[in-house]
Amino acid sequence: MAKRVLVIEDEPNITEAISFILSRDGWTVHTHSDGETANERIKATPPDLIILDVMLPGKSGFDILRDLRAEEGTSELPVLMLTARGQARDRELAEKLGVTQFMTKPFSNAEVLESVRALARD
Amino acid sequence: MLTYNVLIAVALLYVVFLFGIAFFAEKRARAGRSGWVSSPWIYTLSLSIYCTAWTFYGAVGYAARSGLEYLTVYLGPTIVMLGWWWIVRKLVRIGRSQRITSIADLISSRFGKSTSLGVIVTLIAVVAATPYLALQLQSVTLSFAVFAEAGGTHWTQADLSRAALWVAIGLVVFTIVFGTRNLDANERHHGVVIAIAVEAVVKLCALIAVGVFVVWGVAGGLGETLQMIDASAISKWEQPAGRWVGLTFLAGAAFLCLPRMFQVLVVENVNENHLSTASWAFPLYVMLMSLFVVPIAVVGLNLMPSGSNPDLFVLTLPLAEGWNVLAIFSFLGGFSSATSMVIVATIALATMVSNHIVVPLWLSSRGAGAVVAGDIRLVVLLSRRISIAAVVLGGYIYFRLSGGGAALAAIGLISFVGVVQVLPSLVGGLYWRGATRWGAIAGLVVGFSVWAWCLFLPSFGQGAIIPVSVFENGPYGINWLRPEALFGIEKIDPLLHALLWSMLLNAVAFFVGSVVTFPAPIERLQGAQFVNVFEHSTGARAWTQSAAEAEDLLIMSQRILGPTEAQQIFAREAARQGKAGYLPDVTPDFIQTLERNLAGSVGAATAHAMIGQFTQGSSISVEDLIAVADEAVQIMEYSNRLEAKSAEQERTARQLRDANEKLTALSIQKDAFLSQISHELRTPMTSIRSFSEILRDGDADPATVERYSGIIHDEALRLTRLLDDLLDLSVLENGQVTLNIQEGSLKTLLDRAISATEASGRRLSIRRIVANENHLLNTDLDRLTQVFINLISNAEKYCDAEAPELKITLRRIGGRHVVDFIDNGSGIGKASQRVIFEKFSRLSDHRKAGGAGLGLAICREIMARLGGEIVYLPGQGGAAFRVTLP
Repeated sequence: MAKRVLVIEDEPNITEAISFILSRDGWTVHTHSDGETANERIKATPPDLIILDVMLPGKSGFDILRDLRAEEGTSELPVLMLTARGQARDRELAEKLGVTQFMTKPFSNAEVLESVRALARD
Repeated sequence: MLTYNVLIAVALLYVVFLFGIAFFAEKRARAGRSGWVSSPWIYTLSLSIYCTAWTFYGAVGYAARSGLEYLTVYLGPTIVMLGWWWIVRKLVRIGRSQRITSIADLISSRFGKSTSLGVIVTLIAVVAATPYLALQLQSVTLSFAVFAEAGGTHWTQADLSRAALWVAIGLVVFTIVFGTRNLDANERHHGVVIAIAVEAVVKLCALIAVGVFVVWGVAGGLGETLQMIDASAISKWEQPAGRWVGLTFLAGAAFLCLPRMFQVLVVENVNENHLSTASWAFPLYVMLMSLFVVPIAVVGLNLMPSGSNPDLFVLTLPLAEGWNVLAIFSFLGGFSSATSMVIVATIALATMVSNHIVVPLWLSSRGAGAVVAGDIRLVVLLSRRISIAAVVLGGYIYFRLSGGGAALAAIGLISFVGVVQVLPSLVGGLYWRGATRWGAIAGLVVGFSVWAWCLFLPSFGQGAIIPVSVFENGPYGINWLRPEALFGIEKIDPLLHALLWSMLLNAVAFFVGSVVTFPAPIERLQGAQFVNVFEHSTGARAWTQSAAEAEDLLIMSQRILGPTEAQQIFAREAARQGKAGYLPDVTPDFIQTLERNLAGSVGAATAHAMIGQFTQGSSISVEDLIAVADEAVQIMEYSNRLEAKSAEQERTARQLRDANEKLTALSIQKDAFLSQISHELRTPMTSIRSFSEILRDGDADPATVERYSGIIHDEALRLTRLLDDLLDLSVLENGQVTLNIQEGSLKTLLDRAISATEASGRRLSIRRIVANENHLLNTDLDRLTQVFINLISNAEKYCDAEAPELKITLRRIGGRHVVDFIDNGSGIGKASQRVIFEKFSRLSDHRKAGGAGLGLAICREIMARLGGEIVYLPGQGGAAFRVTLP
C-alpha cells in the first residue's frame, strides 16, 4: 500500500508542485491549507509523513508541531518542515520542538523527494 | 562725659555711613555695573583687613614693649605679596578654577573632597580665630573706656563686658545683613568689600593723622622726634635673630592661611590681574601703616604717665593734648580696623562652619530625600546666620574668660600660630602631587594639638585650664610633655617654642602620612589639577572672546533650566540692554550670569563646559572633561553617602531605559521586516524553482506544461512587483524621493487611475460623485495617481460584495479638498483599521490579491511627502479611505 503524505501548506502553487512530484514518485498525497484545523485532520487520519509549512493562517507550523509531539499517537510521526523563514532562530526552534527534518524554501525537488523517502521508509 | 556721648553718636553715624556704602555697592553690582567696585585698588584696600585693631593699637604697644620687632608682622606679608607670582597667583587660580569658597574648602577639595578634612580645618580656623575676635572686641571696648575715663567715668569690668556685648551684637547684625543677603554661587560680597575698603582708607588716614600730630604737634618736629627715638630704649633693644626670622615666617604664613585673608585674597578676587597691582600697593599700604608706629610709641612712653597702656597711645596721646576731634578720628580708625576684620573673618568662618559642618549634618540627619532642591537654600542661609552669631559669641566668651588682660599683640600671635597649622597641607597640596588625605589629616591634627597644648591653653594663664603643676612637672609627671618645654627643651620663648614644635611635628606627620598612604583616585585627580593648575586653565574664566549665538545659548538653557526660567533670564538681559522683545547681545557679563544660573542646575564644571562649547566654538577641553568627570564622582560619592536616589539620577535612568526600549523595539521591527521580506520573496521563488525543475524533467504532459509555465510567469511578475514596491517604499521612507510638481486637474488624474486598473474582466463598477472634477491640483501628479490606483485596485481585489461598487467623492472639508473612496464590501474590522497602513499588513487571503501588503504603506508615505494625508474612514459600510489633497 502506498504511503500517505500530508502536505500542510497555504500557498496553492507550492502545494501543487509538491503534490506533483510526490504523486509522480508513487506516494498518496493529501493536502491541507489551514493551520487551525491541521491537528484534528492529522488525528482523524494519521499519515505516514507530514510536510509542514510555518506561516499558516490560524495557527503556526511551530504550534502544530508542538501539539503533535504532545499527543501520544503522533509524538513519533516524521515531520518535514518546509519554510520560507530561513533564519537560524527558526531552525533552532523547530529542532527544539522535535522536528524530524528542517528545509528552507526555495527547495530542490530532488532533495524533498529524497528526504521524504528516507523519513517514511519504515 | 560730653566727649563720650559724641563718640557714641559718631560711631553710630559711621556705621550708618558704612551701611549706605555697602548697600550702594551691592546695588551697583546687581545692576551689573560693578566697574569701580571691582578695581585693583579696591582689591588692594580689601587686603588691608590684615591690619586689624591689633595693628592699629597693638603695633604701638608692641613697639613700646619690644622695639622694632613689630615690623616682622608686616615683613612676612610683604614678602608673600612681592613674591605673589609663586604662591598667591597659584592659590587665586585654583580658587577660581575649582570654585573654592574657603580655605577649608580648598584643603578638603585638594585631598579628594574629603569631608573630614573640611571639618578639621574649620575647627582649627574657628578655635584659632576666637582669640583674635576677642582681641578686636577688647580693643574697641577699651577705646570706649578710654573716652569714658576722659569724661571722668571709671569703667568697671562689668561696664567693659556690657560694651563688648553691644559691640558684638552690632557686628553680628552688620555681618548677617551684608554677608548672607544672598547665596551667591561664587560667595562674593561686593557690599562688604567696598565697606572694608572704605574702612581701610579711614584707618590709614587716622593713623597717619595721629602720627603727624605726634611728630610735629607734640614732639616739635622731625629732628626732635628722631632725637627722642635715639634716646629711648627702643632703638637699643637687641632682637635675637631667631625670633625675627620666626615671626616673619609666622606673619607671612598667617597671611596665606588666615580664613579672612583667604576670603579677600582668593574668594573675593574678581580678576587675577589685580594681584600684580596689589603686589606692590599692599606692601606700600602696610609700610605707611607702620611709618609712625615708633614715633608714637616713643613720644607716648616719654609723655604719658608710667603704667598707662601703650596699646592705647594713639587715643590717649591726642586726648591728653586736648585734641578731641583727632582722638575721635583715631577712634574711628581703630573701630574700622576691628569691625572690618570681624566682619570678614566671621563671613569666612561662617561659610566654613555652614558648608563643612552644619549642612552635611543637616543632610545626613534628614537622610534620604534631603537632596530636594528648594528648601536647601534657606537652610544654608539660616545655618550661615547662626554660624555668624556663634562665631562672634565665641569671641565674646573668650574675651570674658581671658579677662581681657593679656596684651593685644600676644593674643594676635597665639592666633597666628594656630592658623598656620594649615600651611604644610596647603603648600604641600599645591606643589606635591604625592600629598595624601591621611598625610594632611595627620599633620593638621598633630600641629593643632601641639599648638593647643603649648600655646592656646596656657594663654588663659597658668592654672586657669592647665594646672600649675603640669607646667612645672608635665602631665602625670611626664617631664618632657611640659607645655612650655616640650621634649625637655627649655628656656626659649614660649611662642617660638610652640611655633617650632608645632610646625616641625606637623610637617613631619604630613610627610610621613603622605608617604605611607596611597591616594584615592579622586585625590590623584584633584592633586594633578591643583599642582598643574597653570597647565590646563586659562587665567580669567571670564568669557572674553565670544562666538556664541544668543539663540544657541537660549536653546541650551531651555533644555537645562526649563523654558520659563530660561526665557525669563534672556528677557531680563534683553531689557537691561535696552532691546526688550529681542534676544540679548551675548556679552561676557551675560555669559557669566548664564553660567552661574546653569551651575545651579547642573554643577559648576558642567555648566562651564556647556557654555564653553558654544562660546569658544570648539569642543570641550580636557580640563573641562576632567572637571565634569570629577563632578560626577563627587555626585556619586555624595549620593552613595546619603543613600539617596536623587530625582536627577532617576530621570537619567528612565531616559536610558526608554532609549534602550526604543532601540530594542526598532531592532525587533527591523528583524520582523527583514524576516517578512525574506518570506515574501522566497514564496514566489519556491514556486518558480519547483515548477521549472518539473518542466526540466520533461515528463509532464503538454497541458500540465502549459499550466506550470503560466504559474512560473505569474510568480515571476509577483516577485518583480514586490521588488518594485520595496524599492519605492524604501525611497519614500528615506525621503530621497524627488517630487515632480506639475499642475493638473483632478479629473485627468482619476481617469488615468481608472484606466490603469482596468484589467480584463473587471467586476468593479466605479461611481464618481465629483462636483468639480476640474479642480486644479499643483503637486506630483504621478505620485498622486499612484495612490488612486492603489486604492482602486484594492477595492477590486478585496471588495467582497455580490456586485462590487466603488464610490469616489470629492468634498471640501475645513478648507481642504478630500477625495473619499468607499466600496460596498464588508469593510475592515475595527482592530485591523489601525494596522492596515503598516508594511505587510495584508489582512485577507492574499493569494487572490497577489500583492505583498505594501500598497497602503506606500500610499501613506506618498501622501506624507506630498503634504496631504490618507486615513481610513470607519463606519461607512464598506472599506472607506479618505485622501486629503495637498
